[in-house]
Amino acid sequence: MPDVRVVNVTKKYGKLYALDDVSLTVHDQEYFSLLGPSGCGKTTLLRLIAGLIEPDSGEIYIGDRRVDKVPPEDRDIGFVFQTFALFPHMTAWSNVLYGPKVKNYDAKQAETIGHEVLELVKLNERLNAYPSELSGGMMQRIAVARALAAGAKTLLLDEPLGQLDAKVRNEIRYEIRRMAKDLKLTAIHVTHDQAEAMSISDRIAVMKKGKIVQVGTSQELYMHPDSLFVAHFIGESNFLEGYITKANGQSEIELRQGLKIKAINQSNVKPGERVVLAIRPETCEMKRGHVVAENSLFGKVEKTTFEGIVVRYEIRLENGDRFVINRPSLTEEWVKIGEDVTITYPLDKAHLFPYPEAGLAEEIKV
Amino acid sequence: MLSKLWNTLNTLSSKKPLKYTLYLSAIIIFFAIILVPPIIGILLKVGTVQNVLDQPALMNTALVAIQNSFIIALIVAALDLLAGVPLAWLITRGKSRWLSVLDTFADIPFVVPTAALGYSILLFWSSSGGISSLFGYSLVSPGWLLVMLLHFTFSFPVVVRVIVGALLDYKMEYERAARTLGAPPLTAARTVTFPIIKPSLIAAFSLAFARSLSETGATFIVAGAFINGPVFIQGLKNQLASGLPAPITQATYEGGTVFASIILIVVSLVIFGLIRVLGQKLTLPFGKGLPLVEKKLSYKKTAWSRNSVALVVFIVIVLVPSLFVALPAFQAIATGNTLVQAFTGQSIWASFWQSLLLSYGLGAIVTVLGILAGIPMAILIARKTFGKLPSAILDTLINIPLIVPSIALGISLKFFWQGVPGIPEFLLLVFAHLSITYPYFVRSMSAAMERINVDMEEAARTLGARPFTVFKTIVLPITKYSILSGAIIVFTRSVSETGATLAVTSKLVTAPVLLVNWVNSVRGIIAPIAGVNALTVGLACGFLILFSFIILLVLRLLTRKGKV
Repeated sequence: MPDVRVVNVTKKYGKLYALDDVSLTVHDQEYFSLLGPSGCGKTTLLRLIAGLIEPDSGEIYIGDRRVDKVPPEDRDIGFVFQTFALFPHMTAWSNVLYGPKVKNYDAKQAETIGHEVLELVKLNERLNAYPSELSGGMMQRIAVARALAAGAKTLLLDEPLGQLDAKVRNEIRYEIRRMAKDLKLTAIHVTHDQAEAMSISDRIAVMKKGKIVQVGTSQELYMHPDSLFVAHFIGESNFLEGYITKANGQSEIELRQGLKIKAINQSNVKPGERVVLAIRPETCEMKRGHVVAENSLFGKVEKTTFEGIVVRYEIRLENGDRFVINRPSLTEEWVKIGEDVTITYPLDKAHLFPYPEAGLAEEIKV
Repeated sequence: MLSKLWNTLNTLSSKKPLKYTLYLSAIIIFFAIILVPPIIGILLKVGTVQNVLDQPALMNTALVAIQNSFIIALIVAALDLLAGVPLAWLITRGKSRWLSVLDTFADIPFVVPTAALGYSILLFWSSSGGISSLFGYSLVSPGWLLVMLLHFTFSFPVVVRVIVGALLDYKMEYERAARTLGAPPLTAARTVTFPIIKPSLIAAFSLAFARSLSETGATFIVAGAFINGPVFIQGLKNQLASGLPAPITQATYEGGTVFASIILIVVSLVIFGLIRVLGQKLTLPFGKGLPLVEKKLSYKKTAWSRNSVALVVFIVIVLVPSLFVALPAFQAIATGNTLVQAFTGQSIWASFWQSLLLSYGLGAIVTVLGILAGIPMAILIARKTFGKLPSAILDTLINIPLIVPSIALGISLKFFWQGVPGIPEFLLLVFAHLSITYPYFVRSMSAAMERINVDMEEAARTLGARPFTVFKTIVLPITKYSILSGAIIVFTRSVSETGATLAVTSKLVTAPVLLVNWVNSVRGIIAPIAGVNALTVGLACGFLILFSFIILLVLRLLTRKGKV
C-alpha cells in the first residue's frame, strides 16, 4: 500500500495562489486529515492528488510512481465527494459496480466485490433503489462502497460528512476510519471541522491561504501550536497582548495598563518586543475573590453560559482585557455574574508568540 | 473490429492530444462551414451594392422593407411575451390534468412547416372559406396585419416553451416566502418570480424576435403588397427569374440582396447586442407597482378571466389558424380521388413525395452532422475547457446564425460556395441547413451539460472510467432527452426551412419550397402548375402537418418515459 507525497506543488487560479509551494508526505496506511477554513486550498490539494486538476508546478507521488501527469482513472484512488455524486440514472447496486465494470472485471468477480464492500458499509437493503430515493446516510455509504469497489488503494474524502445531520455524522466518521484501517488503505480526509479531524485522524495538516502551517497528531497541534493561527483554529485560546520586559528563562510581559504576568519564552523574543500570550480556557483554574498566587490574573465575571459538561465564564480582567475560561459544570460550584475571581494558568501551557506583522485579528482570521 | 476501435479511442481519450484534436476540429468545423462562409460570401459581393446606391427607388424600397422587418419583429416579440406568459403560467401552475394536453397543443405551430402554416393562416383569416365567411368579406387581407398574425402564430410556441421551462425550474420557495411576507400572488410574481426568471424572459423575447426577422417562406405567402426584408430579397430573386413585372440585371439582384442582407445582419447584431447589455442592466421590478390593485387582480375571479383570455388568444389566434389548412385535406379525403392520386404518386404527387423524401433525408443528415459537430462544441462551452472568456466568445458566436435572416444567410452561402467549382447543390443545402440549425442543438446540449453536476463525471474518472466511457455511461444517459429534443428541433427546423433553401437551390426542390410554389400557383402569383388546386395544396399541407405531429408525439412519449 502506498504513501502519498506532494513535493513543492503550486496551483494558481488567475493571480490567486490556491496552493503555494506545498510539500507533504502521508504515510502508508495512515488516516490523514487536511484541515482548514474554507478557501485555504485543502480541496484543491485533494483534487490534485486525485488528478482532477493539474498542478502548475511540483510533483505528486503515489507509492513510488510519479502521478502528476497520470489521468485520474489510472491512479488507483477512490474519491468520495461532498455531494456524493451518485449517478442519478443508476440504482445503488449499479453505482457500486460501476468501477469494476469500467475496469472490465468479469461479471462474477464484480458481483463478489460488490457484496463484499456492501457488507463492509453495512448496507444490504434497498440496493435497487435510485439515489433520489435514499436517505443522506445511505447515499454516503453507497458513495464510500462505490469508491472501495473500484479497488482503491488510496481513499480521498472531500468533506464526506458535510451533508449529513449531526448524529449520523458522528456515527459514520468512525466507521469510515475503521474501514480504511481494516482494508489497510491510505486515507486523506478533507474537513473544516476540527473536532471531526481530531477524533479520527492519525495526523492532521492545518492549512491557511494555500499553505500548510503545521502537521502533527491531534495532541501535538492542541498542546504545541506553532502559530497563533493554529492556537486559535484548533480548540480555543485567550490572546493577551503586551511587551516583553524580561526575557531570560521565565519572561515577564507587561500587558495593557502596566499589568505584569509571567510566561516561558519558547520563541526567543527579546526585551521590548511586542508579543501575544495564548492561554487555553480549559487549562486555567479559578477561585472566588482576590487570592495572591503565582501566574494569576484578577477579574470580574461578566457572563456565564451553561454548555453541558462545562460552564463557560467570560471575565473582564483588571486591565480591561477579556478572558474566557471553561470549568466543569458538575463537580464545581458555579460562580455568579459580578463576582470577583482569581485565575491561575500553568506556565508550561501558555504559549508565547511574537506579535504578528499583519496584526492579531488578521493573523487568526478564518 | 468496431469494439476494438472503440477501445483504442477510449484509451487514447485519457491523453490530451486526442481531446484537443476533437475540440479543435469542432471549432474548425464551426468556423470553416458555419460562421465564416456566409460572412465572406457577402463581403465578396460587397462591390455590387453600388448598383443599389445608383437606383434611389430600389434603395428606398429596400430600406422601407428592412424597417418593416424590425417593426414587425419587435411588436410580435412583445405581443408574444404578453400573451405567452399567462399561458405558460396556466400550464405550469394550473391544476387541471387537461393542462398537459394544452402543453402538447402549444407546440403544434412549432412543428407545422412554416410554408404550410402561412397558407393555413391565409385560408383562415383571408379566404372566403375561413373565418371571413362569418363576416361576408375578407377579414384580414394579405398585408402587414396578416404577416403579424402569422409571425405571432409561429413564434408564440417558442416563447411558451422557454417560459414553461423557466417556471418549471423555478424554486417555488421564493414565491412562497414573498406570500408569507404579505405579497398577494400577482405582486409576488412581479417582484420575485419575474425578476428571477428574467434571463428566460429575455431569451424568449430574443428568440421570437429572431424567428420573426428571418422567416421567409410563409411570410411571402401572406405578405400581399407588404414588403419586409426577406420578402424584398425573395421578390428580387423571383423578378430575376421571371422578368416580371420588369426585367432586372444580375448585378441589380446581387446588389439588392447584399445591400438588404448587410443592413439586416448589422442592425440585428446591434439590436441583439443591445438586448444583451440592456437586459443585464434592466432591473426588475419597475417602480413600486400598485399592490392594492394587484391584490384585487389576484382574486380568483380575475385569475379565472385572465386564464380564459390566455386560452382564447391561444386557440383563436394560434391553434385554429395553424390547423385550418387541414380542412381541405379532410375534404380531399372525402372526395377520395385526390387521395388515391396522392398515394399512388400520380401526376404532380410524384414530385411531392420526391420533395418530401429530400426534405426528410436532408433533415436526417443535417441532424446527424449537427449532433456530431455540436456535442464537442457544447462541452467546450459548458465546461469552459479553454477558459471562461473563450467559452463566452464561442457562446456568442454560435448564436449569430440564429439572428441572421435565413434567406440572407442562404444567399451569402451561395455567393461563397459558387466560387468552388463543381460543388453539388445538395452539399450546399446541407451547409445552409447546418448553419441555421446548429445553434439550436448546441444551445440545448450545452444547457443540459451545465445542469449536470461536474462531480458526477469526476467520480466516474476516479472510479477508473476513461473520458469516452464517462461520456457514454454518465453524460449520454443523463442528457439523452436534451440531445433528443435538440435533435428534433434541428430536424423540424430543417424540414420546414424555406428562405435559405430557396436561396441556395436552383434544381433541388424540398417540400416547403414545393409547397410555396403550389400555393403561389393556386393564388395566381406564378404561372399555374397543371394539376395543382386548393384541394391538392390542402392535402399536401395536411400530410406535412400529420407527419410532423407524429414526430412530436413520439418525442413526447420518449421524454415522458425518461422522467424518473
